[in-house]
Amino acid sequence: MDVLFDNLDVFANGFYTTIQLFVVSGIGSLILGTALAMLRVSPVPVFRSAGTLYVTIVRNTPLTLVFLFFAFAYPRLDMVDLSFFMTACVALTVYTSAFICEVVRSGINTVPVGQAEAARALGLGFGQVLGTIVLPQAFRSVLPPMMSMLIALLKNTTIAAGFSVAEAGQIRSILSERGENQLLTLIFVAVGFILLVMILTSVQRTLEKRWSVAR
Amino acid sequence: MKVRSLAVGLLVGGLVLSACGKEGDAPEGGGGSAPDEAALPTYEVAQNVEIANSPTFKDMQSRGDNKLVMGVKDDQPGLGYKDPRTNEYSGFDIEIGRMVAAAMGYKANQIEYKPVPSEAREQAIINGDVDFYVGTYTMSDERKQQVGFAGPYFEAGQGLLVRSDEEEIKGKDTLKGKKVCSATGSTPIQNVREQKLTENSNIVEFQGYSQCVDKLLGNEVDAVTTDDAILAGYAAEDPEEMKLVGDTFSEEPYGIGLAKEDKALRDFVNDELETSIEEGTWQEIYDATLGKSGAKAETPKIDRY
Amino acid sequence: MSSVLYDAPGPKAKARHRMLAVLGILALAGALGYVGYKFYESGEFVPSKWEWLQYEQIQIDLAKAVLATLQAFASGAVLALVFGAIFAIARLSDHVWIRAFATVIVEFFRAIPLLVMIFLFYFGLPVAGVEMTPYLAVVLGLMLYNGSVLAEVFRAGVLALPKGQQEAAYALGMRKTQVMVTVLLPQAIRSMMPTIISQLVVLLKDTALGFLITYQELLYYARNLGSQGVFDRPIVPTTIVIAAIYIVLCLLLTWLANYLDKRQNRSKKHIDLDDDKKPDATLADAR
Repeated sequence: MDVLFDNLDVFANGFYTTIQLFVVSGIGSLILGTALAMLRVSPVPVFRSAGTLYVTIVRNTPLTLVFLFFAFAYPRLDMVDLSFFMTACVALTVYTSAFICEVVRSGINTVPVGQAEAARALGLGFGQVLGTIVLPQAFRSVLPPMMSMLIALLKNTTIAAGFSVAEAGQIRSILSERGENQLLTLIFVAVGFILLVMILTSVQRTLEKRWSVAR
Repeated sequence: MKVRSLAVGLLVGGLVLSACGKEGDAPEGGGGSAPDEAALPTYEVAQNVEIANSPTFKDMQSRGDNKLVMGVKDDQPGLGYKDPRTNEYSGFDIEIGRMVAAAMGYKANQIEYKPVPSEAREQAIINGDVDFYVGTYTMSDERKQQVGFAGPYFEAGQGLLVRSDEEEIKGKDTLKGKKVCSATGSTPIQNVREQKLTENSNIVEFQGYSQCVDKLLGNEVDAVTTDDAILAGYAAEDPEEMKLVGDTFSEEPYGIGLAKEDKALRDFVNDELETSIEEGTWQEIYDATLGKSGAKAETPKIDRY
Repeated sequence: MSSVLYDAPGPKAKARHRMLAVLGILALAGALGYVGYKFYESGEFVPSKWEWLQYEQIQIDLAKAVLATLQAFASGAVLALVFGAIFAIARLSDHVWIRAFATVIVEFFRAIPLLVMIFLFYFGLPVAGVEMTPYLAVVLGLMLYNGSVLAEVFRAGVLALPKGQQEAAYALGMRKTQVMVTVLLPQAIRSMMPTIISQLVVLLKDTALGFLITYQELLYYARNLGSQGVFDRPIVPTTIVIAAIYIVLCLLLTWLANYLDKRQNRSKKHIDLDDDKKPDATLADAR
C-alpha cells in the first residue's frame, strides 16, 4: 500500500487528467459521431459515401497511428496550434467518433418504421424526422453499446501516455523514476481503471432504468 | 495462415512492383554524423579467450550460433546509429563495443546487434537478452542496484540543444517558462524535475530523443536536454538548424552494462578499456567518430567500484 | 432501412440534393486539397522525403515489420479464440464456483486498459522474477484482453441459440461437454461471425500498442524511419504509407473472414436466427 499512499499526488494527478481526457473527447466524439451517423443516413448519396469513407478509414487504422499523425504530422500543417492535451483529445475524438457513428446508426435502425413514417406523414422534413423523432429514441435503445464504446474510450486514453500527456498510463514511468516497485504501481493503476469502469457501468444501469422505452 | 501469406504476398508484390531496388551504398548527404571510415582503428580478434567464473561468457560459449549479442542504441547519430539504407551500425558506442567484442574473441561478423531503448535497458540485461550493453548508459547508483557496469568509457554531461536562432536560452538557469523535452524515464528529465529548472507543465516527454528533436525543429518545444554527446550527434546532422548551448550541468559517465553478479566479465572489460585508453585506441575511435568535428574530450578514468 | 427517413425526392428535392451533392463534393475536395496543399507547402512532398521507399534494405525491413505485426496478430488471435471459447464454456458451467471464477477473470481483463496490461507484463512481471520479452508481453495482453471480449461474444451466441438444439442433443444421450463442443459452440461461432471478425480487426490494430514497449512491429519501424535525419525526417510520408498498409491489412482480414463465412454458410448447416433474437452485434468494442 505504501506505493499508493507515498505517491498519492502522482496517482491523483494521473487519474484526474485521464478523466479530463475522457470527458472532453467523450463529448467530442458523441457530437461528431452523431453528425457522421446523420451523414450516413442522409438522402444525398455524396454525404453518405463521405460518411462511409471516414468510418472505413478510421475504423481500420490503429489508434496509436492516429495519435502519431496528430502528434507529429499535424503540426507540420501549420494550422491551429494544439497543446499536447488537446492533441490527445483530437486523436481520441477522431477515432472514437467512427465507432459512435456506427452505434447511432444501428440505433436508428431499431426505431420502428412507423415512427418515421408517421413523422413524415405529418410533413416533417429529414432533419426534423431525425432530430425530433428518431434520434432521441435511437439513443435510448443503444445505451448499452454506447456505454461500452465510452468505456473503450476511457481505456484508450492510456495511449496518450506515449505522447507526453501525464495521465494514468504515465504513472508507471514517473514512479519508476522514483524507484518504486513497478508491479505494484501497475496493479494500482489497473485497480483505478476497474473502479472507473464500475462507475460507468452503474451510470449505464441507472440510465437504462430511467430511459427504458416502453413498447 | 492464409490471411498472412496472402497479405504478405500482396505487400511484397507491391514492393517489388514499385521497387527500383536502390542499394544503400551511396550515402550522399548522410549528414555530418557518419564516422570517418578510414580513420577507424581495426581491432585484433583475440584467440582462445577464457574468462574464468563469468556466467555470461560461459553462456555465450555454450550457445550454438557462436555469436555475441550486443545491446545498442540504433537512433543516436554519432553514438549508436543504424543506417536504415544498409542496416549497418556506426558510432562511438558501437566501436567501443566492437573493440570489447574483439578482445573477447568475437569477429565483427559474429556480433549480433540488438537495439534496446533507454527504458528497457535494465530489463534486457536482467533477462539476458543481451550479453552486454553499450549505448549512452549512465552509471548511476540506482542502476547499480540492478545491473553491473564496466567503465566509464566516456564522460558525458547533460547539455541543452536549441534552435540556431534561439537567443534566450543560454544555460540551465534560463529554462524557466520554456518547454523542455527529453525521453520518458531518462536521467536528464529527472534532473530537470528535481532541480526545478522549468515548471512541471513545461516538461515534455517522448519515447526517443529523435522525437524531441522533431518537436524542437517544429517550434513546439524550446530545448531538448540530455547528454551533450547525444545532442552533438543531432546537431551534426543539421548544423544550420540547431546548436548546443551552455555548460554541461551533470556528470554522466557512460558504462558498459553487464549482468550484476558477473564480476569476472566486469573486470575483463575494465582491463580492456584501460588498455585501449593507455595505448591510444580509445583516442583513435573518438577522433574518427564523436571528435570528428574537432571537439576535445577528456579520457575517462575507469571506476572499479 | 434508412430510406424510411425521407420521402422519395420530387423534382424540387432532386435539384436541391444535386446542389447539396455538388457543395458536399466541393467542401470535401476543398478540405482534402487544403490539407494536401499545406503538407506540400511545408515540403512534405518533395522527392527527398520519399526517397526512403526506393531502398532495397528499407523495403525488406518494412516487409519484415509487417511480418512482425502479423506474427503477433496470428498468435494473439489463435490464443484469444481458444481463451474465449474456454471461458465462455466456463461461464455457462453448471457449477457455481467455476462460473464465478470465470466471470471474475473475464470482467477483470475487460476492465483494464490493454496498454496497462501490456505494461504490467513487460515492466511489472520481471520485478517478480518472470522473464519477459516485448513479443510475449504483447501476445499475452492481446490474448487475455481480446479473449475476454470473445468469451462474452461466444456466450451471447450460445444463449441466443434456440433451446431445442440443446434439448435435442441431450435427448440423443450426449454429455454436457459434448453438447457444448459439438452442438452449441459451433453454431454460436457461426451466428456471431460478424462480431468475431470485428474483434479480430481490433486485435490486429492493437498489435500497434507493442510499439510503446519496443516490440519492433510496423508502427515502431515507421516511427524510427520517420525521424531519420538522412531522409529529412519523413514523418508525414511514413505515416501515410503505414496507414495505407494497416487499412489494407484490416480490410483484407474482414474480406477473407466474410468470404470463409459465406462459403461455410452455403452448406446450410446453420440456423437462421430471427432478427430480434440475434445477439447484440456491438458487443465488440471500440478498441
